Amino acid sequence: MSVPIEYYLILSGFMFLVGVAGVLTRRNAIIVFMSIELMLNSANLTLVTFSSYMGNSAGQLFVFFVMTVAAAEAAVGLAIIIAIFRNKLTLNIDEINILKW
Amino acid sequence: MSLQLILFILFGAISAISAVLMITRSNALISALFLILNMAGLSGLYLTLNAQFIAVTQVIVYAGAIMVLFLFVIMLLKPEHEKYFSHQPKLKIFAFIIAFIVFMQLVFMIFVSHPAVGNNADAAASVHAGTIEEIGKQLYTNYVLPFEAAGYLLLAATIGAIVLAKKKFE
Repeated sequence: MSVPIEYYLILSGFMFLVGVAGVLTRRNAIIVFMSIELMLNSANLTLVTFSSYMGNSAGQLFVFFVMTVAAAEAAVGLAIIIAIFRNKLTLNIDEINILKW
Repeated sequence: MSLQLILFILFGAISAISAVLMITRSNALISALFLILNMAGLSGLYLTLNAQFIAVTQVIVYAGAIMVLFLFVIMLLKPEHEKYFSHQPKLKIFAFIIAFIVFMQLVFMIFVSHPAVGNNADAAASVHAGTIEEIGKQLYTNYVLPFEAAGYLLLAATIGAIVLAKKKFE
C-alpha cells in the first residue's frame, strides 16, 4: 500500500462536498438526486479505503448494503419524481412546494 | 512513483473532474453521463484498493442499473435546461463558499489527526478481505440477517415504485 490513506480520504471528502454544492445550487430535481448519489458514492469510497487499509472486509460489506439501499432509494425517488412531474409538469424544486405552508 | 500511485492519480482525477462537470452542466442528460464516468473512475479506485468484488458491483449496480434508470427517467420527462449561474447567483456563491470551508476543515482534520491505520497495512490481508470468497462467506454467516432484510427492502422498493408511478395522487 504505497499510497497514503489521506489521499483517498481527501478525494472522498472532495467528492462529498461537490455533491453538497450540487444539492445546494441545482434546481432540477433529477440533478439534485444525482448529487445525492454522488455523496453516497464518496461515503462508499471512505468505507472501502478503511476496509482495505485495515485488512478487514466489514467495510466492503457495508458498501454492499449501501448499494442495495441506494438502488431502492433510486427506484422510489424516481417514481416520486415521475408522479410529481405528472401532477405539476415541472421538475424545478422551487416550484414543487406542496409540502410548504 | 509506484503503479498504485499512478493509477490513483489517473482514476482520482477522472472521478473528481467528472464530479465537478456533473454538477455544472445545464443539460441533465450530460450530467448523468458524467456521473457514469465518475462511477467508472470510482470502480478503478476500488481496484487499486484491492476490493475486486465491490469494483465489479459498482459497475454492474451503479453504472449499469441505477444510472440506466436515471437516464430512462430523464429521457421520459425531458427536463428543461437551466442556465447555471443566471438564477440566484448570490445563493450559489454562498453555497460554494460553505462547501469550500467544510472541505478545508476536512483536509485540516485528516492531516492533523493522522488516521489510526497507517501506511504499513498488511497487503495480503487487504487482498484477502476484498475477494468474493471472503465477502460471500461473511454475507452468509455473520451478515445473513441484514442480507435478508436487504432482500425485503428491495421487494418493498419495487412495489412502492410501481404504486407511486402508477396512480395519480391529488
